[in-house]
Amino acid sequence: MFPSRFEYVAPRSLEEALSTLAGRGDEAKVLAGGQSLIPLLKLRFASPALIVDLNRVPGLSYLEESDGHLRIGALARNRDVVASQTLEAGYPTIAAAAPLVSDPIVRNLGTVAGSLAHADPAGDWGSVMLALGAEVTVRSASGDRTIPVADFLVDTFTTSLEPTEVITEIRVPKPEGSSGGTYLKLERKVGDFATVAVAVQLALDDGRIGRAGIALTAVGPKNIQAIDAERSLAGAEPTPESFQEAARLAADAASPISDVRGSADYKRAVVRTFVQRGLDRALELARAS
Amino acid sequence: MAVTEHEIAGVGHSIKRKEDARFIQGKGTYVDDISLPGMLHMAILRSPLAHARIVSIDAERAQALPGVVAVVTGELLGQHNLAWMPTMSGDTQAVFATDKVRFQGQEVAAVVAEDAYTAHDALELIDVEYDPLPAVVDPKKALEPDAPIIRDDKDDQADNRCYRWETGDKSATDRAFEQADVVVSLDTFYPRCHPSPLETCGIVADVNPVTGKATLHMTSQAPHAHRTVFALVAGLPEQNIQIKTPDIGGGFGNKVPVYPGYVAATAASLLLGKPVKWVEDRSENLISTGFARDYHMHGELAMKRDGTMLALRVHLLSDNGAFFADAQPTKVKAGLFHIVTGSYDLPAAHVSAEGAYTNKAPGGVAYRCSFRVTEASYMIERLVQNAAYELGMDPAELRRKNFIAPDKFPYESVTGFVYDSGNYEAAMDLALEKVGYKELRDEQKRLREDGKLLGIGMASFTEVVGAGPAKDYDILGLKMFDSAELRVHPTGKAILKIGVQTQGQGHETTFAQIVASELGIPPEDILVQYGDTDNVPYGMGTYASRSTPTAGAATAMISRKLRDKAKKIAAHTLEVSEDDLEWETGRFFVKGAPDKAATIQDVAFAAYTNHPEDLEAGLEGSHYYNPPNMTYPFGTYVVVVEIDEGTGEWKVRRVVAVDDCGVRINPMIVEGQLHGGLAEGFAIAAMQLISFDEDGNCIGSNFTDYLLPTSWETPNFETFATVTPSPHHPFGAKGVGESATVGSPAAYVNAVVDALAHLGVRNLEMPVTPARVWEALQEARSGS
Ligand SMILES: Cc1cc2nc3c(=O)[nH]c(=O)nc-3n(C[C@H](O)[C@H](O)[C@H](O)COP(=O)(O)OP(=O)(O)OC[C@H]3O[C@@H](n4cnc5c(N)ncnc54)[C@H](O)[C@@H]3O)c2cc1C
Repeated sequence: MFPSRFEYVAPRSLEEALSTLAGRGDEAKVLAGGQSLIPLLKLRFASPALIVDLNRVPGLSYLEESDGHLRIGALARNRDVVASQTLEAGYPTIAAAAPLVSDPIVRNLGTVAGSLAHADPAGDWGSVMLALGAEVTVRSASGDRTIPVADFLVDTFTTSLEPTEVITEIRVPKPEGSSGGTYLKLERKVGDFATVAVAVQLALDDGRIGRAGIALTAVGPKNIQAIDAERSLAGAEPTPESFQEAARLAADAASPISDVRGSADYKRAVVRTFVQRGLDRALELARAS
Repeated sequence: MAVTEHEIAGVGHSIKRKEDARFIQGKGTYVDDISLPGMLHMAILRSPLAHARIVSIDAERAQALPGVVAVVTGELLGQHNLAWMPTMSGDTQAVFATDKVRFQGQEVAAVVAEDAYTAHDALELIDVEYDPLPAVVDPKKALEPDAPIIRDDKDDQADNRCYRWETGDKSATDRAFEQADVVVSLDTFYPRCHPSPLETCGIVADVNPVTGKATLHMTSQAPHAHRTVFALVAGLPEQNIQIKTPDIGGGFGNKVPVYPGYVAATAASLLLGKPVKWVEDRSENLISTGFARDYHMHGELAMKRDGTMLALRVHLLSDNGAFFADAQPTKVKAGLFHIVTGSYDLPAAHVSAEGAYTNKAPGGVAYRCSFRVTEASYMIERLVQNAAYELGMDPAELRRKNFIAPDKFPYESVTGFVYDSGNYEAAMDLALEKVGYKELRDEQKRLREDGKLLGIGMASFTEVVGAGPAKDYDILGLKMFDSAELRVHPTGKAILKIGVQTQGQGHETTFAQIVASELGIPPEDILVQYGDTDNVPYGMGTYASRSTPTAGAATAMISRKLRDKAKKIAAHTLEVSEDDLEWETGRFFVKGAPDKAATIQDVAFAAYTNHPEDLEAGLEGSHYYNPPNMTYPFGTYVVVVEIDEGTGEWKVRRVVAVDDCGVRINPMIVEGQLHGGLAEGFAIAAMQLISFDEDGNCIGSNFTDYLLPTSWETPNFETFATVTPSPHHPFGAKGVGESATVGSPAAYVNAVVDALAHLGVRNLEMPVTPARVWEALQEARSGS
């Protein structure tokens, strides 16, 4: 690959990284797994003057549960998420999504945090985190802030992250009570971004639906939270009819474009299929939990 | 002790590939591995527009960048008469655009620099002013009278038509259609796809400024033909051009043409007196080098009510891109598409073809295919299935009724091919038996009652490969013979030099096995060489499944010639007359006294130490083989698919492939070739497409858009064989490298169509994406 010329630093601590960014954030790019940034450099779509490589910063690779949250460190790789045993039971949506993110080679390097920071509307983690109501903790030289994912993802390749900030952690609230969820993805081949994907999360409260999370991948300018669909389910009976209605509302929330993968109508239809199938599966898991 | 045929592992033995050890251990050498002292690096500036007049090219800023040695433009090349070059179809192609750019990605200029980074940096500093012209993207529109003319560089070109061609008997065909009870037609598009070898194209051009000798290390499937083209293009004396093709990381037809980058790097080396390396990146390979297919086809089949085929009529429109750069024999314009009558005994046929220039990359290369056989096979096999639906017959039975019968070979087809041998029914029956055809049809019926979709598709293809007989086949006048030179050393070890060029086919193994069978020297004692034009005899290279039919035959013939000589030497050393000797693989022995024998190794030693006085010393020779005919491999593929109505996804449940390529040299290598081809056929059917927007921007310029299936989605293949030897090949072999790419796309598509056939669906265009299946379902369901 023949990128434009750039300067490269590999700080040994978060403080060092943040102070570098405090001075030169505007002309810099943070490098995590490189699985989105390096292709951009290769094609010269991005030509940052400075690359700040986070990979030597210690203590960011964790994936752990504490204070009612799953905490995903900025350097936790997709591979680590796939391999984690704790997720299957408590976070089935994450467990379902992780092996569908790209292919093993990309997962060995790519990070969950990098995926959110990249804000590709076809990225899988954005939808998963929206459905789960996750938050992002970011830090700059002047301090921390915590941003709900729904506010973090602003537009295509655009987040509310400042150039001086890095993501340190993603915080996923532990789903309470009887809950279940899944991630369904239509891809053209393994390693492909989604044509359409859907994250579904469902909690049962005394037989009725409690919180419902539904988010959509690759059918709009960013990962879309299907708010009307979620609302239609909250408090409802988990019946085929209510699921069908939620699927319809989710399809309405999608604003896909027609392209070589299929027409907008087609993509909406897949959203409908996936939301319905996803809710069926989530219900099954919730009842079993 | 006698060396037995088994121990020498000749033809018929699945020995491991000799070349694999170095590839597996990373010890192969590809063009990009070559680094010469003082070597410079070239990068190419490409047009961002599909059609535009070049107003000016200003290279001053690029030239000024430290590390830049030279900027090469079309104007500079023009001063050396190198701005244009001939294509393999007798057209011309711009090396670097001077007047206009004619496709997005076209070569406009190049930077030669001390390192590749600087070369790429400097590309951004070349200022090209373009005056955009309307892009012609649709070949049908290209042929409309008011279409902008793309090839205004050609004096005799008043429109965008690049050829017209027809064959067969039009009036006989028309008469047959008048008498038909049933006519079935199909309009279909075989989309533009790309061979996309994992190694892209490249060259290290090394012209010695003192001797003038040009040593060109390049990715070439046809080094000798390229040497001659270079001699003709550059006016270099041919003895001063050495093309050395090292290991090739896949070719699939993509490395048959001569590309502008090769010419520019050679010119740069010539002008600068230093070696120049150019290796294209993935996107450059996908957007500018030889694409494949892009045929819009209309076929009609005339039949009697009982299913007897009467005639076939096909018209095709090819989209050739900006330059007619198909690689094909001189006498044809649409390759060997006229094999479109396929496996069927058709009394009449007519094929008409026309080609259009468009503002797209040139190519039309035979992607793992013998000159457009793939498109032909796809057309007839799709048409036959639709005909079966129309007649209410089972598709297998309709095929059976019309197959060319085994006793009709050699069979002369109405479009002029003489099929050498075949037994189509046997291959189909084996496939049907292995897949459990009857049970599947029953299951399909049951599932349909439950609203579930199962499809069974097949293709019974016939190919025409091994070009070819000199009387009919040449490229740019060069006859399509091939060659082998065999040198047996005194210790009984040998070097075989062949005119064909392996790119993964396993020649180092299979060609050694041919010698092993014919001469009794074990394959491990034979070094097979190719690819260096100073070292190996002239040949036309490897594509169109031609290596075994041509150079493989030459290898057998030279081995036999040397065996005849060896017999004389054996008679001399054993002090008997030649008539008293008998041959068994590896040794001569005296009739009636089998212990009195000379092994081939004994004879080889004697050839240099104790040869008869009336015989030349040595055991060496070469043979140029002019095949008497093409070979016609065939087979039946059956594909079973299941469809998810909610998403339109189709999953392959079974692929059963029966191939008949005559005698198999190394059955394991044959299977490997078939697996690769079945995977590529699946890719084409399911996911591959180079497409363009209306401005001529290429969509599909990298591997996130142009998809290569992985082992995850590639179906499991069940392969089987029947063996019907070629009667004219020295040991009965036919080409097989391309059978599966040629035959399988129709089988996959037929399977998906079959799943929806009861709903009235008759066509799905490749790539058969889930979206297309879903849309066909919506349409069918809303119509019914
Ligand atoms: C072939 C291929 C297929 C892929 N398929 C999929 C897929 O199917 N689904 C999917 O979701 N993704 C896919 N991806 C993207 C992949 O998941 C990326 O790894 C991910 O999107 C980015 O993570 P990264 O760690 O590699 O980030 P990088 O590439 O290193 O960075 C991406 C962006 O995020 C910024 N960034 C990274 N980390 C931080 C941080 N801690 N704080 C602030 N900014 C940061 C960088 O500055 C950069 O702008 C694919 C990638 C490839 C190459």
